Amino acid sequence: MNWVAWKMLNGDPVKYLGTVFGVGFGVLLIAQQCSIFVGIILRTANPIADVREAQIWVMDPYLQNADEIKPLSDSDLYRIRGVEGVDWAVKIYKGLARAKIETGNFRQVILMGVDDQSLIGAPVKMIEGDIRDLKRPDAIVMDQYGYKYLWPNEPFQVGREVEMNDRRAVIVGICDVSAPFQSFPVVFTRYSQAVQFVASERQQLSFVVAAPRQGYQVDEVCRLINEQTRSIGEKSGLIAMPYREFVWINIKYYLENTGIPVNFGITITLGFIVGTAIAGQTFYLFTIENLKQFGALKAMGVTNWGIVGMICLQASVVGVIGLSIGLGLTALFFVATTRLLPDLRGLHLMWEIAGGTCLAVTLIICLASALSLRKVLTLEPAVVFR
Amino acid sequence: MNTLLMPESSINTQSPLKVGVACVKLVKEFGDGANRNRVLHELDIDFYSNQLTLLVGPSGCGKTTLISIIAGLLFPTSGDVELFGTPQSRLKGGKLVRFRAQNVGFVFQQYNLLPALTATENVCVPLLIQGVPRSQALIKAKEMLDRVGLATRAGAYSRELSGGQQQRVAIARALVHEPRLLVCDEPTAALDGNSGRTVMQLIREVSVQPGRVVIVVTHDSRVYSYGDRMIEMSDGRVTNISNSPSSSMTDSQVISQFKSKETH
Ligand SMILES: Nc1ncnc2c1ncn2[C@@H]1O[C@H](COP(=O)(O)OP(=O)(O)O)[C@@H](O)[C@H]1O
Ligand SMILES: [Mg+2]
Repeated sequence: MNWVAWKMLNGDPVKYLGTVFGVGFGVLLIAQQCSIFVGIILRTANPIADVREAQIWVMDPYLQNADEIKPLSDSDLYRIRGVEGVDWAVKIYKGLARAKIETGNFRQVILMGVDDQSLIGAPVKMIEGDIRDLKRPDAIVMDQYGYKYLWPNEPFQVGREVEMNDRRAVIVGICDVSAPFQSFPVVFTRYSQAVQFVASERQQLSFVVAAPRQGYQVDEVCRLINEQTRSIGEKSGLIAMPYREFVWINIKYYLENTGIPVNFGITITLGFIVGTAIAGQTFYLFTIENLKQFGALKAMGVTNWGIVGMICLQASVVGVIGLSIGLGLTALFFVATTRLLPDLRGLHLMWEIAGGTCLAVTLIICLASALSLRKVLTLEPAVVFR
Repeated sequence: MNTLLMPESSINTQSPLKVGVACVKLVKEFGDGANRNRVLHELDIDFYSNQLTLLVGPSGCGKTTLISIIAGLLFPTSGDVELFGTPQSRLKGGKLVRFRAQNVGFVFQQYNLLPALTATENVCVPLLIQGVPRSQALIKAKEMLDRVGLATRAGAYSRELSGGQQQRVAIARALVHEPRLLVCDEPTAALDGNSGRTVMQLIREVSVQPGRVVIVVTHDSRVYSYGDRMIEMSDGRVTNISNSPSSSMTDSQVISQFKSKETH
């Protein structure tokens, strides 16, 4: 009877395509909306996540997110370096500055000041120039999309000058970074240089990043830093945390304190509801429209288990093909849009979301099957005579 | 008793009449309490094999209810149906479904063909239900289609067939697994006079055979002549049983008639 079930499914190509694309469209809606939401929320932590060398981040304990920074003092750095288990610890500056170009065009930029000696915190992926040139006086490295914001339609050119908060700076390299949340250009420079750019602020030490010595666990070193920096003096102390935790604090901050999750949450909830409704509904209707046929089959001696098998087979086929279409279209959407729109760069279909979508759509199709099965199974075979 | 009304003469006078299906004190009520509605009143009816029994009567008199019970699609409130020696009450759940799959063929007023399947594929469904391999089932189905004169439309879908042709496919489907009981509910009601007569003639010629009970429900007086015996019902009771004049065409005559119709 599986063969009959299969035939019933694709015997009417219009209805079959309608059902499969209905499920596919539902999948697309869910996967695409969730991917954009998660991708954008992850961006809030991208400047931190990009500093791959830093396993431990130390900051003011009242800091809520990486964009609202209460600076540390230089002595904090030495306190951290003195903690047992710390291999190295260096300063990181993170703040905002204004970059102005020769035409007068200017942009607010995210300014990252990296360790003068080790260049820890500097971008990993260079497109033009050499990261070591960052050690030259007034040197900065700008991310490629920032460069394109400032000089639209101009080729990358190392050696150009910009004014950073009215101070001269020279672009020695162009790099690639993960898209930041605000879509600002990202400018890297040495810590000491960053301090000069933002000289008006009294203290500039945003973060200290550190690494554990061999034989020490990250968590253990964080605990040691917390204990030992708290014990000294009346000062408010410091807090150290593993890099992942800091990334999450940022994400949580944006989730809890901005309108993004509410707005976006509504959108993805709607996408999810509409998506599952379309997927479930189309399949439910497909079965219900065939109710009379199932009734005739029951009269002719197909057992209830036989009917269950037929509907499950149809559900699996519709589910698998619908999911493939939907996830394929989602992936295609991101490939196409991220090429065309730089603002969407870095957004993609995450496998966790693909998996979650599969799960959700499988559940909803099972539910739709169960509902339609209930109708079919309780159907009096005698209705075929009506 | 009804058996007293057994026809003295029929076209099958050569062989003695054998009871295939017997209703014993059959009662069917719908609803309960104040809404209780008795639709069948203690019916005792015998159906003989090797003949075509017409079940006639005004709309709402209980014909469909009766054949639904006989075919095992509906349970009686009380009483029983003996199906070729087996009391139906002993067939429970899966057993009854399997009995239906093996022993009952259905022809419906609305044909009820699966639109996604071709004529041949529709005809082989009862064989597939019994677990016959598809290749074998398709061969048998083709033969059966040939017997109802539709060999040339084997690959057609129901939307490509006329009502009469669809009903002939349905007849082939009802008989392909050689059931011992064929029940037809108003098989001609949706057809024009000519197609209706063709369908009745076909049912008569290809389905009536020793060992098989054929029951045709109808209130289409134009086709009364195709039955061997006519049971008249009114308000859930049998009011009259009579022999009806029968067509005496042979099998091959009927088929050749259909085949000549197919060609134009
Ligand atoms: N499922 C049901 N529930 C309640 N009443 C029913 C049901 N099926 C049939 N009836 C009633 O039983 C009576 C006989 O119906 P039916 O057997 O369909 O008559 P016929 O086929 O002779 O026209 C009618 O009055 C009808 O309303
Ligand atoms: Mg009826």
